[in-house]
Order: sequence, then C-alpha cells, then structure tokens
Amino acid sequence: MWFFSSPQIIFGEDALDHLEELPGKRAFIVTDPVLDSLDFTARVRGHLTAAGMEVQVFAEVEPDPSIQTVRRGVAQIAAFQPDWIVGLGGGSSLDAAKGMWALYERPDLEPEEISPVFDLKLHKCKLVAIPTTSGTGSEATMYVVLSDPEQRRKISVGNRELIPTLALIDPSLTSQLPPRVTADTGLDALTHAVEAYTANFRNDYSDALALKAAELVFCYLPRAYEQGHTDSEAREKMANAATLAGLAFGNSLVGMAHALGHSFGGYFKIPHGRAVSLFLPYVMEYTANAGGSRYGEIARHLRLTDGDDEQRGARILIDATRSLEERLGQPTSIAAMGISPAALEEALETLCAHALSDSAILAAPRMPAGDELERLFLYAMEGKEVDF
Amino acid sequence: MGAKFPSQAWADAMKEAVNSSEAYAAAAKNWEGDFYFVVSGSEEMIYMDLWHGQCRDAAYTTDPAYKTPEFKITAKHDQWVKVLQGKLDPIQGMMTRQLKLDGNLIKIMQNVKAAQELVGCATQVDTEF
Ligand SMILES: [Zn+2]
Repeated sequence: MWFFSSPQIIFGEDALDHLEELPGKRAFIVTDPVLDSLDFTARVRGHLTAAGMEVQVFAEVEPDPSIQTVRRGVAQIAAFQPDWIVGLGGGSSLDAAKGMWALYERPDLEPEEISPVFDLKLHKCKLVAIPTTSGTGSEATMYVVLSDPEQRRKISVGNRELIPTLALIDPSLTSQLPPRVTADTGLDALTHAVEAYTANFRNDYSDALALKAAELVFCYLPRAYEQGHTDSEAREKMANAATLAGLAFGNSLVGMAHALGHSFGGYFKIPHGRAVSLFLPYVMEYTANAGGSRYGEIARHLRLTDGDDEQRGARILIDATRSLEERLGQPTSIAAMGISPAALEEALETLCAHALSDSAILAAPRMPAGDELERLFLYAMEGKEVDF
Repeated sequence: MGAKFPSQAWADAMKEAVNSSEAYAAAAKNWEGDFYFVVSGSEEMIYMDLWHGQCRDAAYTTDPAYKTPEFKITAKHDQWVKVLQGKLDPIQGMMTRQLKLDGNLIKIMQNVKAAQELVGCATQVDTEF
C-alpha cells in the first residue's frame, strides 16, 4: 500500500489569473524582498484583491529560510487569520510558507516534530504555492526544508497535509530568471527525477513522472539557460518539468545526492540545486557500481542508448549528466566551487554525520557503509570518478 | 524448525541475530533506545533494549507494564509478517499508518541505517509465521 498525492495544479499561460476565483476574505503572501521589489508581489496582490480579498504581505524570506523567520511569519498570520497563505517565490519562500502554515495551525509542535506518521489535522486555512523558479518542486510536495543557522545545518520535515492545496505554474514568472539560477534550479529538478526513479520508495506513478521530467530537463534546460529571456517554450517546459519532478520525488523520495547536498550546502552556504547536482553524478556512479541501478532505463527513455546493458546504460546517463552540467557552466567538483581541501577536511566529520542523519538517505538504493560517505566527499573534491 | 513470532524463542533468536551482526553494530553504534513491538488485537509484544550496536535484552511479554520503553510500534500480525519478510519497509509502513509509532520519529529517521540493519537482522531470524 502506498499513496499518491498531488496539489490541484493549474498550469500554463495566465495560470495566475486563477487567483481571482479563490473564495475567502483574507490572503497572506509569503515572499522574499527581491520579488517584492519587482512587480511579482503586486501582480499576485492585484489578482487577490480582484477576488475581493484583503491582502497582507510578508516579504522577509531569506535564502534557506530559518526557523526564526518562519516563527515571525506565524506571529503575523495568527494576528491576520487568513483564509489563504500564498507562497510566492523559489523553494525558500514556498518552504517558508509551508512551515508557517504548519506552525500556525499547530503551535504545539516544534518544527522538527512535523512528521509524516501522524495527522496534523490542518483546518484553519489553505495554501497556494506559486513557484518563480523551475526546480525545487516544493509546490508539489509535502516537504519543508528549513535552516538552523546556530547549528549550520538544515532540517527537512514533511507531512502529507502540507502538500499545497493549489499550485499555480505560470511560466511568465520564470521568463527573466538569470542563467545561473536557471541552471541551479533546473539541475535540482533533474536530480529529483533521477533520484525519484531509483529510490526504494519508487512506484509506477512516480516512475512515469520522473521519466517525463528527466526528458524535459535534458531537452529544454540548455535552451532555458542559453536563451531563456526569449524562449518561452523552454521556460514553460522547464516549469512543468520542475513540478513533475516534484510530484515524482514527493511520491517516491530523493536519495543520497540530496543527503550529501543538504549537508554540504548547509555547511558551506551553497545554493540547494548547485549542491545536490554537484553530487548527482558521483552518487550515480556509486549506486551503479553495485549493479541494478535503473539508470540505464532512464538513458533508454531519453534515447541516449537502445541497448539493454544496465551498466553501460548507467555510464551513458552519468556521462550525459556531466556533459549537461558542463554545458551549463556548473562546477563539477568541490574544488571548482572554490573550497580548499583543508576546508573540506575540517568539515568532513560534520558533513558525514549530517548526511547520514538526513532523511533523504532513507530510501537510497545503495546505503553507504564504513568510510564510503567520507570517500564520496573526497572524490567529489577532486572530481574523481567513483570506483567503489 | 523456526521460532514462532511472537514468542520468547523468537526474541532470543532476534537478540542473537542482532548481536552477531557487524553491520548492525557499526550502524547503531550511537543508538540508545528500547522498543515494544506490539501485535495489535492481541496482548502479545516483543521488548528489545538496543544499546550502542548491541541488544542488551529481548523478551516476549503480554504485560504492557513489563517495561516502559522509549518507542512502541504497533501493527497487525500480518503487517509484522511483511516487515519480518522484508516486504514492508517499516518507515513506509508508518507513513501509511500500517505501523503505528509512539515515540520520537526524528530519532529513528536520523538513524535510518541502524533501523534498516535491524530489519535485516529480523529477516535473518528463522521465523515460523
Ligand atoms: Zn532538491
């Protein structure tokens, strides 16, 4: 027995207009200061006002939102009592909105106590997620990643009731994304698709979504990166790819690239997508070395090969992933990120401990043993092919 | 001839399986916490005290007050059979409420490898269902 969960998804040109159909009296927008200074918040506010709602804006979400930020938002929500919380932004704003939703409804819980094994019984308000990047998939999942700056780590929690009520995927919101953000977030989507397809929690439903998402990323991410300002088709396809990949991992799980990426990104302050996609090819090599990885199936779906040999197919997909990352100008080693061997060495014990206790490792198809985690970090430092 | 689940013979066999598993010892070297594995609809349960990669105590009991463990996981006999056969991932079981957890899930989630090795030990026990 397993579940498939999804928000109601409204996608395509003018999807934002749907805000005018929402019932209710008050809406609370959660966003970041940059989006607030552009016209994004104004557009959303305009639609909500047209729906007859009073609107309040919380525009204080920082990258990798902290528990403290979430608590500040909760205090305002409790005073405003909205019918809708509207998360507007990249993964940080959407996660912050989900975190606020949970803690507003359940002030009795500490953030770390949110878990998928009991019912939250949310009933006070609903959540709309409006992504302005194409990558995290947060608009489609139950997961919330918050940071704990005091401990230099991230906490990752989730509950099925935190899947947004509505996800509005309007490609006009991503048309002006800078190339670096396009690459980071697009590769996050690819990492979601690949890890969802190979995680032990995978199922027929998540498989279908993962394959389509991977296909869209390989086809459209280079275009969105290279000519995104004018290529609206590439933007629309990447927006859909991100949500499909979110649905895929939300109903399966991510894997070790995320465990290593969360740990590494939290410690060295590297954006999520860049951190997880850095580790993706290394983790794929590590997983494929044990055999039976299913990467070959993805390679076949992408028509990178028509052969049945899983090991060879896996190699082809790993090489294609590295080529894509190089084409997008992504760093493919820790050294290329400007982190010295000494800095990594000093962090290594903490990095391994955090990666091993990350819930992303839960359904990894190959579980690291002995010093393998440490070696994975060291191989990624040097950009060395994983041979164990 | 396998040990019936649940029974004292099964608890003994499980304790032996845990204490002879190097993989469990390594994965759970920092784990401190004891469990009730309760068969719902009956009064039967298995108590296990797991400490730094070893099983210090394992017992079959029908007395809920036998110990006051940190964790209690309750499931129907059929679901336990699936867990013991490696057919039901316990975390997935908890997420679908087939297994009900009383206790701090985060502590378990932060020790997933230990939990998996524990299940691995359980699948090694020659069990008569
Ligand atoms: Zn991700």
